[in-house]
Amino acid sequence: MTRLRWVPRLAAPAWLLVAVSGGAFLAALLVALGLFALYGLDPLSAGATVVERTLMDKRGFGEVIRKSIPLLLAGAGMALALRARFWNIGAEGQILAGAIAATAVALFVPLGWYTIPALYLAGFVAAGLYGLVPAYLKARLGVNEIITTLMFNYVAIYVVRWLINGPWRGRSLTGFSYTDRFDRATYLPLWEGTRVHIPTLVIGVAAALLITWLLRHTRLGFSIRVMGDGPDAARYAGIKLLPTTLALAALAAGVAGVAGAGEVAGIHHRLIEPTSVSMGYGYTAILVALLARRKAWATLITAPLLGWVFAAGDVIKVSLQLPFQITDVIIGVTLLLLVAAEPLLSYRPVWQRRGGSEDAPTTPETQTRPEVGS
Amino acid sequence: MPEANLAGAALPFLSTRGLTKRFPGVVATNGIDLDIMPGEVHALLGENGAGKTTLISMLYGLLQPDEGEIRVAGSAMRIRDPRHAMELGLGLVAQHFHLARRHTVAENLALGQRGAPFWRPTLQLRAKAGEIAERYGLDVSMDARVSSLSPGEQQRIEILKALMQGAKLLILDEPTSVLTPQEADALFEVVERMRADDRAVVFISHKLNEVQRVADRITVLRAGSVVGRLVRGEADSSQLASLMVGRQVASPQRLGVVSKQEPLLVVNDLWLRGARGVDALRGTTFSVRPGEVIGIAGVAGNGQSELAQVLAGLARPTSGSVKLGGLELGRLTPREVRAAGVAYIPEDRRTEGVVGAMSVMENLVLRQVRDPGFARGVLIDWRKAEEFAAKAVKEFDIRTPSLRTEARTLSGGNVQKIVLARELSGKPRLVVASHPTYGLDIGSTNHTHELLLAQRGRGAAVVVISEDLDELIKLADRVLVMFGGRVVGSMPVAEAATDEGVQRLGLLMAGSLEA
Repeated sequence: MTRLRWVPRLAAPAWLLVAVSGGAFLAALLVALGLFALYGLDPLSAGATVVERTLMDKRGFGEVIRKSIPLLLAGAGMALALRARFWNIGAEGQILAGAIAATAVALFVPLGWYTIPALYLAGFVAAGLYGLVPAYLKARLGVNEIITTLMFNYVAIYVVRWLINGPWRGRSLTGFSYTDRFDRATYLPLWEGTRVHIPTLVIGVAAALLITWLLRHTRLGFSIRVMGDGPDAARYAGIKLLPTTLALAALAAGVAGVAGAGEVAGIHHRLIEPTSVSMGYGYTAILVALLARRKAWATLITAPLLGWVFAAGDVIKVSLQLPFQITDVIIGVTLLLLVAAEPLLSYRPVWQRRGGSEDAPTTPETQTRPEVGS
Repeated sequence: MPEANLAGAALPFLSTRGLTKRFPGVVATNGIDLDIMPGEVHALLGENGAGKTTLISMLYGLLQPDEGEIRVAGSAMRIRDPRHAMELGLGLVAQHFHLARRHTVAENLALGQRGAPFWRPTLQLRAKAGEIAERYGLDVSMDARVSSLSPGEQQRIEILKALMQGAKLLILDEPTSVLTPQEADALFEVVERMRADDRAVVFISHKLNEVQRVADRITVLRAGSVVGRLVRGEADSSQLASLMVGRQVASPQRLGVVSKQEPLLVVNDLWLRGARGVDALRGTTFSVRPGEVIGIAGVAGNGQSELAQVLAGLARPTSGSVKLGGLELGRLTPREVRAAGVAYIPEDRRTEGVVGAMSVMENLVLRQVRDPGFARGVLIDWRKAEEFAAKAVKEFDIRTPSLRTEARTLSGGNVQKIVLARELSGKPRLVVASHPTYGLDIGSTNHTHELLLAQRGRGAAVVVISEDLDELIKLADRVLVMFGGRVVGSMPVAEAATDEGVQRLGLLMAGSLEA
């Protein structure tokens, strides 16, 4: 008779990190297939339809990339924030803040060669400032950032609603809550035949790489990592809480703001209902960063993964006539399994034979100490 | 009388045969044979990593042995878990207490009782607790909240708890590490009474003089094996120490005469409001000369940690002054204080001294990496940091698989070496060391002492805060005692090293003597 015991391990090897994250994701997909079956569809053919329409044709694949862009930007920013243990739940609001600022530039600033960079810059700055407030409250007064950033999402949502119903409501339209359509000069260049706005994609990839570089090679990045991994040691090492927190929060939020600017200037060309500007990208960004194990470069892998889930949701809705919310199920189950699988990283299962002292050498400890991925 | 039991007439209460436990890469205990007689005090002596903790964990059912057997009262047993161990009559008082701090003593005693009623659980046990407490001299007040009690009192509750559960063998893990000399004396008295009552005590300690004082038999462990079995009075300190570390231990010596120079560090009437609005420092005043080691003794919680924090720039004094060679440190940031030439070896090396999740290399440059020299503008020159780290690892003999190994995976001694290497490499003028050897084995302790004395040798002022009087006597030129946020006594080491001196220090630490 055997019995399962959990033996603590010193450090989780890199393959296990990948296996646990990947396993959680795959298990969530299996749950989704199960849901197809419950709706009376053949899960395999439904799955095949989803794969075909998201990965096998250009338009579908374009949609995957399009949805990956905001996830990549907000996710890379989130990875930075989480690295410092700054629990930024506010990316959704920061995306909207960026969208508002970019809209302001598109609608009210005279056009010129500088228009497109100005859109992005405005999005970055506005969201960065928006992210500063909770950071200041946390560093100065110890106000929990989870609560403030979360509440700031709602503030942003209602500001957008007020703008599109009030002062910025379009004159050319009646009966809709939109702003006027932007001038064509503000449209971001697209990958032909898709809705992939190329400059935002480029910025997103660059942001993920730059944040990785920042964390590894700069003084600020070092301070951020020390603050996150050892707050007591950070104080003793002379790292100042306030400026470091402000800098990282502004950067993380600013990057999310760029995503908002990209959405309005690349896709919608007007400011619209907030839940259509960002379909929960800001929340999903948390999962993007957690799946990436808080490493900014790894969001280059995890953002497309979840971008694909979003794109698949559209296919599920349109082609399979199922509710879009299945994407929420996939995201929720992934998150749940990821958290549930966490002990696997710190403990190792061992099967042991039951019985007293003749327990003896069941597990010859040949396993060498795994190197720690940096 | 214990000697009668040792003569072999009685059956050992607990014995182990060939007890072996392996962990990845190490054999924690290797074929340990041990006999514990009723009515004996059996000391387990060994460095950190010698296998003491693993051994007790197996006896207490926290770990299962890979090989060998445990016999309780003559019959082989598999001790499933702590509850089972308690049922068999084994009790453990761990180094860190397991008490519910917000509850009263009686409630904590009820927590460990089987069959305590759901409603008003403390009602029935008071009489029993009172009786046992009196028999063994465990003086505790039943209705006090645990959070208001000193470590010594909390320890008495733990012992009482174990005895109420019927412990016939009590394992005390480093029991004196948190006690004043007087409290330690009281503990030895309790141990004495348990022996007289035919109960067995396993006493685990680093401190040789205690072990010699209290133990009937001493078993010395090294690297997982028994390397010596001695009977009371048979071994002297240096023999025990060399058995324990496997080499002759050299006690560091203070070289040179006491400095007569003008004081380098002058602390004058320092006040500090503590975390809970209470004054933690209440007019602390003292000074340190270059080339002088000041030892600060005191029971934890009398302002020593706060004093260290002020000296390191981590806390701003409410009033008073801290001058280092004329420069006021009180308003400076930790970085500025370090730049002024202050090295700080923090109390909690694992959370404050290093960042566990970061590499050995990153930890070696934790405080200086953002300064010019390692940083160019906003960038960090990791190549330079690596050079520095490689040198430090060699110079300070830091045992690590690589520079990229996470610091948390290293032993306490090696973590402390990282801190020392980082802090002492900058040729500081003042070294502040808080509990620098707490929890370290003898080898690492001596190494740390040598490094601190070397700083004295090169003319730095050194402040060592410790609860271990032996350590202070070994290191300091002068021993100060802090009580209630003030320095209440000061004596030259020659006086502190005498019996009367130690007694007086103990009284000062307990606040029952005003200098």
